[in-house]
Amino acid sequence: MSGVHLHVLDCGAATSLQDAGRRGYQRQGLSPSGPMDALAFAAANVLAGNPPGTVAIEMALAGGRFRAEGGPVRLALAGAPFGLRIDGEPVADHRAFTLHAGETLALTPPKAGLFACLAVQGGFDLPEALGSRALHLRAALGGVDGRGLRAGDRLPLPGAADTRPERCLDALSLDPGEPVRIVLGPQGDLFPEAGLATLTGAAFTVSNRADRMGYQLDGPAIAHGPTGFNVVSDATVAGSIQVPGNGRPIVLMADRQTTGGYPKIATVISADLRRIAQRRPGETVRFRAIGLDEAVAVARARGRLVAALPDALRPVLSADERLLSANVAGNVVDALSD
Amino acid sequence: MPDPRLLPCGDTAFTVEFGDAIDAGVNAAVLALEARVLAAGLPGVLETVPTYRSLTVHLDPLAADPAETGAAVLRLADADSAAEAGRRHWRIPVVYGGDFGIDLEGVAAHHGITAEEVIARHSAPDYRIFMIGFLPGYAYLGGLDPRLALSRRPAPRPVTPAGTISIGGPQALVASIAAPSGWHLLGRTPVRSFKPGRDPVFLFEPGDTVRFEPIPESRWGELDRAAAAGEIVAERVAP
Repeated sequence: MSGVHLHVLDCGAATSLQDAGRRGYQRQGLSPSGPMDALAFAAANVLAGNPPGTVAIEMALAGGRFRAEGGPVRLALAGAPFGLRIDGEPVADHRAFTLHAGETLALTPPKAGLFACLAVQGGFDLPEALGSRALHLRAALGGVDGRGLRAGDRLPLPGAADTRPERCLDALSLDPGEPVRIVLGPQGDLFPEAGLATLTGAAFTVSNRADRMGYQLDGPAIAHGPTGFNVVSDATVAGSIQVPGNGRPIVLMADRQTTGGYPKIATVISADLRRIAQRRPGETVRFRAIGLDEAVAVARARGRLVAALPDALRPVLSADERLLSANVAGNVVDALSD
Repeated sequence: MPDPRLLPCGDTAFTVEFGDAIDAGVNAAVLALEARVLAAGLPGVLETVPTYRSLTVHLDPLAADPAETGAAVLRLADADSAAEAGRRHWRIPVVYGGDFGIDLEGVAAHHGITAEEVIARHSAPDYRIFMIGFLPGYAYLGGLDPRLALSRRPAPRPVTPAGTISIGGPQALVASIAAPSGWHLLGRTPVRSFKPGRDPVFLFEPGDTVRFEPIPESRWGELDRAAAAGEIVAERVAP
């Protein structure tokens, strides 16, 4: 024990610890969990100087307050742009910063999006459950004693922050308005043309029934085929779009049930799970069907982007340098507009 | 048995479907294929999920192409099914009725039989575990006496207790943790089919068989405490 820890002064109810997830237990009914926005999770860990998959705090809409105790703590937030202040002084997201012992980091809800990852250099010195520290709330596995974070938790760190320079990344886009790409199937062939046309043509909105298990969408009902809305239960994946009897699609997410008896009309591609995750209740979702080859190409492009994140790190500019660079950029824009 | 077919599940998985029947032979073919896939050590395969009538293979699209891996798995499905090996048989204690199974009387009334007859019919067969899914350790059983079959409740209950023993349609279920359910609750078992911290964490494997053993309510406290302390409580019996 290093004695360094992050003290949770308060946080939203859906604040949890997540790592890359728990693999190998879906055949026993346990879904992998892991971050709702995998790209934000990867970026936060790169910023914090961590290996991929290091356990981080996932914030969901609500803010929180954390105090460093016992030594300095290196942190970085990526994903939805939560407001960040250290003892009242603003600090940017998508950059590493140091919280010195006794200082308090306050996060306020983001202007857009839902989920962000707050990564801590070195991760947390907490036990794994079935090979992972990711919280699976219903199974009461991982996290802090099988639950989410709450006020009073003291999260132990393996050590104090080192003196590596603080660096930043371009803020990740939450892709507002971008269509969510899907591959039809596994049970798309059970649906009539009209049902498929509704899925790919209509505008859906995220309902209030949206959480780490699944996002239920409001909108026009998707018509079922003659076999109806019951299939013999089979396996789900992250991104399965199941259509229950009322025709309102549900996109299954990180903490989903591993099997289900509703037909699954299509599957959200892995790279676009974050597009769904970051849409708030009331926001629009449109689906666009692509082929499996394209879906794999997109996944591999995303993989290359994640692998290249360490090379994309930039020095954090001081306030004066930022001003200068903004002026330079402004001059260029002025020159071009002349 | 129909020829298996490949169903796409996005870029991170595919399903090999052996039909849409709840059938022990189909389920055995699924488990045999799973064993072959795991033995083959195909690159990029992350995990496998056998269900009643299909095998889903989860993979890393950076390391494997789902269409190519799917075709390779389909070829493995062409091999002759070996006899099932290593399946285990369990005897599971159940307290039926009362607060432990609030739908026992209703199920009896629906079928025009006594609660005792429901218990006798429910505890007679050897059930096959067709699938473990939905939530950790939930064991879906085939082999229910058709005279007990009863469609699910129109509205699910928001919470049913851990260890619930229930029936829905032609199926029976051993639940692990508390969850919503639209099935009919006949009783409860102290057995934990999922218990973090115990070795093994998960008690059952797909393909195992189980039989229910009615026990008096007076034995609940002792068995439940033993199970909470990490004992298996279910009896493993010779085939």
